[in-house]
Amino acid sequence: MTGARVLRRVAPQLLTLGAVILLVSVYFPDFYQIVYANDRLVGIPIDVVKRGAPVALLAIGMTLVIATRGIDLSVGAVMAICGATAAWSIDQGFGLWAALGLAGAAGLVCGLWNGILVAFFGIQPIVATLILMVAGRGVAQLITGGTILTFDNEAFAFLGSGAVFGVPVPTLAWILTGILFGLLVRRTALGLLIESIGINLRASTLTGINSRVLLLAVYMGSGFCAALAGIIATADIRGADANNAGLWLELDAILAVVIGGNSLLGGRFSILASLLGAMIIQTINTGILLAGFPPEFNLVIKAVLVIIILVLQSPRLLPRLGFIRLRRERDEKPSGTPVEAGK
Amino acid sequence: MLLSTRNLTKTFPGTKALDSVDFDLKAGEVHSLLGENGAGKSTLIKCLTGAYRRDSGDILFEGEPISPQSTLEAQEIGIGTVYQEVNLLPNLTVAENLTLGHQPRRFGMISPRAMQAQAEEMLAGYGVDVDVRRSLDTYSVAVQQIVAIARAVHLSGRVLILDEPTASLDSREVRMLFDVIGDLRKRGLGIIFISHFLDQVFEISDTLTVLRNGCHIATRPAAEVDRMELITLMLGHELDEEKPDRGLSSEVEGTGDAIRFKGIGRRGKIAPFDLTVHKGEVIGMAGLLGSGRTESAEVLFGATPADSGTVEDANGAVDLRNPRNAIAAGFAFAPEDRKTDGIIAELSVRENIILALQARRGWARPIPQAEQMRMADEYIERLDIRTPDAEKPVGLLSGGNQQKVILARWLATNPRFLILDEPTRGIDVGAHAEILRLIEDVVAQGMSILVISSELDELIAVSHRVIVVRDRHHVSELTGADVTTETIVRAIAAPDAEAVA
Repeated sequence: MTGARVLRRVAPQLLTLGAVILLVSVYFPDFYQIVYANDRLVGIPIDVVKRGAPVALLAIGMTLVIATRGIDLSVGAVMAICGATAAWSIDQGFGLWAALGLAGAAGLVCGLWNGILVAFFGIQPIVATLILMVAGRGVAQLITGGTILTFDNEAFAFLGSGAVFGVPVPTLAWILTGILFGLLVRRTALGLLIESIGINLRASTLTGINSRVLLLAVYMGSGFCAALAGIIATADIRGADANNAGLWLELDAILAVVIGGNSLLGGRFSILASLLGAMIIQTINTGILLAGFPPEFNLVIKAVLVIIILVLQSPRLLPRLGFIRLRRERDEKPSGTPVEAGK
Repeated sequence: MLLSTRNLTKTFPGTKALDSVDFDLKAGEVHSLLGENGAGKSTLIKCLTGAYRRDSGDILFEGEPISPQSTLEAQEIGIGTVYQEVNLLPNLTVAENLTLGHQPRRFGMISPRAMQAQAEEMLAGYGVDVDVRRSLDTYSVAVQQIVAIARAVHLSGRVLILDEPTASLDSREVRMLFDVIGDLRKRGLGIIFISHFLDQVFEISDTLTVLRNGCHIATRPAAEVDRMELITLMLGHELDEEKPDRGLSSEVEGTGDAIRFKGIGRRGKIAPFDLTVHKGEVIGMAGLLGSGRTESAEVLFGATPADSGTVEDANGAVDLRNPRNAIAAGFAFAPEDRKTDGIIAELSVRENIILALQARRGWARPIPQAEQMRMADEYIERLDIRTPDAEKPVGLLSGGNQQKVILARWLATNPRFLILDEPTRGIDVGAHAEILRLIEDVVAQGMSILVISSELDELIAVSHRVIVVRDRHHVSELTGADVTTETIVRAIAAPDAEAVA
């Protein structure tokens, strides 16, 4: 895609992000302040791009899964498994690289499991990944032995709280992963093939696309992103908490993809838009804290803001607001768009 | 005039779908709307029923200007529509379908007895024997169609629009439907009828209106137009004469690189059959719907893998376990149901064209953007695909153009054996002739083709030999001078003759 087309695609997300930042800065005028202190950038925006890292990482993999008309509910639990694996490896004295390797491998295996259930056993993705969502936390507890497994390893902790050229490592992690996945799907034919199986699986298979292997790869990609998110979350608190690591983050990740304008019915996707969605969510989270509302209001305020964003982005509402030209084609699609019957 | 349009105009990005169209419907007439796919028939209907908003022009209902904003509003004004795919709820009862949205109530609850009575009253006079308490899907499509008409007439009662109502009906059911239409005409309804079947159009219509490229071309009394003239109006040029039987089977015999299928079949789908496909040969396959034609094609392509038999070519065994392997072996398959099995609706024309080739190259070797554009432009020109540009989502094209895109997708892989399942179903006359011409072209270059078609004339025109399928068996193969409509029909009908004997 050319630059102009990318910009057009993510324009609604950019506008939304701008609006949310504006809203937050009304309550907290110091929002924009960034200073350089102790070899690192400090400020609210930096805090947003750092704290948003786990959801952003999950959203990258989730975007691809949703593009295939699937969903991955297990990513929060996979974060816990991978975090526990990393902490356990450090605890055993295997060293940094072994810990990272094992955690990454754990994420890939989790993704492979989901992928096999979906691609080879034909289980609906929401059910297939629900299994690991529930069972995953149990697996993580087995690894940590039921306690919060803390460790003391500066190199590993650096991944959670360190900074390179002033930029927090978690921020670099999601930006680099986003670029890597973006190049992987757009500089090869993967993106097109993923969109194709998401729109029409049967026709794609008849066209010679290896849809099973592709589905496996996509769920493994999602598992890998969850592993990265789990590593960062674990490094940040210097301990693996099987019960709370990544809790409910799968829902935030799905929300980020949806705010990114990607259809849950599969097909066309934009990783960049999902990442902006993740940042929108994190800005809301941080903003609510800054605004000083009593904590019991937080979730309600977040829900209200999310509803407003989604309603404003709804293709049904847009024509009524007078932006008809923008989404016209979508409205006038022939009525017979194939909808795959339940598998 | 019951319903008229004046200077009705509607544009979509890149195309003018309707260009100042005038149209008049009288009470008590059946008025057929004709034109190629993409001529503007559907757009006109959708403007009349409020599904689209017109850009300019007027719609007059009994002389009063109207502008329905939704199909519901059009219904209240008096314009009802019945589509080819019946828009009812198959798992509800006939009575519920008929009364949905205005069920008779008693103390705020739906009264089943009153509902049944009302439904029976609505269906009276349609000549169908239906138990309104049974669920709709227990009845044939024809009956469902009539239920939909009864509902539309009851709700609207002035204008009835029938969009391809006969597409999935057999001839007896068409008869039934036409009787109903005839009665409604006598009751003074204005009926707009759309169909690809010219015979039916001539049989039922009082008036014909031809659209072409969004323009109104002609409106004539049906009795004053003959077939040739009508086709000329629709196409804007004389239809090329179809070539007669070519009988070329002797020319293609004997070359070494034939593909030989031996005893290939699949239990429950198609009985084992032998087939030898020579280079540059067109094999026709005839049979009734459900006889095993499509099943044969799917076994040949590996879409449903065979559970018996072998396949060989000059280089030894050919692996047809799945479509990927079949494609690697140089096979290609354009399925019967374009929408669900063929096109990837939201991808662009360009992406749809390169998809099979890209799948064969693998994900790691993307076709460069410039090469994709070149291929798309080449096939858009070569197959005359009517699209504003190569980036338009293929789902927005008309049926004939979608079919051409699928053909382009396969031609791009340069296959040696191309299987076409009903390549001309539901597409307009012009695209029809173009596709037949294309078949001749690629065969001349040495490609082999299997064509499945219900249109015997078409099969006879293009095929070197014809295989007849019946009750999931390949029952007969006709070659050379034996390939005639009569012999094919006799082969299809044979079991009944035996049963009588």
